[in-house]
Amino acid sequence: MSPVVNAIRTQADAAPCAVSLEGVRIAFPNAKPGGAPFIAVDQASLDIADGEFVAIVGPTGCGKSTLLNATAGLLTPAFGRVSIFGEPLSGLNRKAGYLFQAEALFPWKTAVENVAIGLDIVGTPKDEARAEARKWLARVGLSAFADRYPHMLSGGQRKRVGLAQVLIRHPKILLMDEPFGPLDAQTRQIMGNLLLDLWSADRKAVLFVTHDLEEAIALADRVVIMGAGPAARIIGEWRVPIPRPRDIDVRLDPVFHQLHREIWAALKEEVVKGYKQSESAEQGA
Amino acid sequence: MTRNRWSLLALQLLVAVVLIGLWHVGATVKWNLPSLSAKPFYVLDPFFFSTPGAVFARTWADFYSGAIWYHLGITLLETLLAFFIGAAGGVLIGFWFARKAVLAAVFDPYVKMANALPRVVLAPIFALWLGLGIWSKVALGVTLVFFIVFFNVYQGVKEVSPTLLANARMLGMSERQLMRHVFWPSALTWMFSSLHTAVGFALVGAVVGEYLGSAAGLGYRIHQAEGVFDVTGVFSGMLVLSIFVILIDTLVSAIEKRLLVWRPAPATAQ
Repeated sequence: MSPVVNAIRTQADAAPCAVSLEGVRIAFPNAKPGGAPFIAVDQASLDIADGEFVAIVGPTGCGKSTLLNATAGLLTPAFGRVSIFGEPLSGLNRKAGYLFQAEALFPWKTAVENVAIGLDIVGTPKDEARAEARKWLARVGLSAFADRYPHMLSGGQRKRVGLAQVLIRHPKILLMDEPFGPLDAQTRQIMGNLLLDLWSADRKAVLFVTHDLEEAIALADRVVIMGAGPAARIIGEWRVPIPRPRDIDVRLDPVFHQLHREIWAALKEEVVKGYKQSESAEQGA
Repeated sequence: MTRNRWSLLALQLLVAVVLIGLWHVGATVKWNLPSLSAKPFYVLDPFFFSTPGAVFARTWADFYSGAIWYHLGITLLETLLAFFIGAAGGVLIGFWFARKAVLAAVFDPYVKMANALPRVVLAPIFALWLGLGIWSKVALGVTLVFFIVFFNVYQGVKEVSPTLLANARMLGMSERQLMRHVFWPSALTWMFSSLHTAVGFALVGAVVGEYLGSAAGLGYRIHQAEGVFDVTGVFSGMLVLSIFVILIDTLVSAIEKRLLVWRPAPATAQ
């Protein structure tokens, strides 16, 4: 292993764990009465150090988002433990900010109101909240669009507003569920760079779910692979020994290619399995 | 764009001119066709169809003398009262039912039953209970407006996007803040989208109520004219009613445009 990897590891071990999942199982009740519950994720254990950027990659339907929702406190695991900074999580995770895959902006609020809402609800005076929101909009490059409603913004711009909306609250943990999934390839890369810039200014623990392996390697300190569902498990993890700050050229780095080949070899099998399972499920239905 | 609008307006006016022209010719020119009838005849007998001139003259006279203002005022008052009471009730109950699934399930068949009832049959009951004054008309309008707003608000609260809700929760909103920032705006949106229909129905309630028994209002005027075979009066009443409806509708459109600025424009090109 390269010295960089060791440096990251030592740093990670020394810091307290921001997120700690231990043997987490998440089950959903069966739609048919009396049927066995559907187990989405099983025996998932994962530690994320404070300030660490972890990406979860897996085939479609493997329960990546489910695991994220459990970390957010939106879902309660059937078994296992979720701890946040050493304390077991009960109810919503108040230390976490969550950037959703689907549209989650308030359509009846302008961009600046959408960003300010996180401060409004904790009682920050209105002017102060607006001023802070404008600062954050400037940081994501949307100063000129503060008074637009979400429908007047492009998909990428809406994601930027969403990012500002989450970050203005200074969450200790950032949870992201394929946040750039619906965007086109160029916009995704730009958003990835923006995210890294913002993150490097104030390192938070990040749990980033994606189906895009390249994106995962380009952004994360560590890439975690989940197997195909149901009862998906974490089947492997790789550290990304590419030094920071990284930029858009990271994808040309030989280390990047080497790592991509390695991880893809493990992932490919699961992706094929995942497709087969979803096909047979369709035929069975 | 503007040129289009002007030519559209010109075409719309042309339709009115042609229809009124046909009516005028039919009701004033006597035809002498022995093969059809021994006596000369009108295509549109003025006794049954009046004439456009007479209708406009009567309408003008009513406005000029001020006789119509009082009745217009009464109908407007009834419409507004029916709208506001019905909308307020619809918003409150719709909100409440949407947040309490058990309540909605228990009342579901009764709501459907009440909504299926043709409201006209209630008019005599309301007249009996509330007299021939404005309140029996308001009550009729309320029964119409309430259900439109109720169903829309219920739907609006129920169909709040789960992602939006999860996002609001993750941003740290309490139940009360969720109400204020998520459910309430969503319900209002749906209410406003039914504004045209609701106001229209409030007016229908008022006029039908007046028609069936009252001492004032546009419906009463039309009914009176009908009772003495005053066709000019009936048409004049209908004309006033139409102008009234168009004015109210324009007003509602303006309000809607102001309140729903955040909504994407409908895809249909104007």
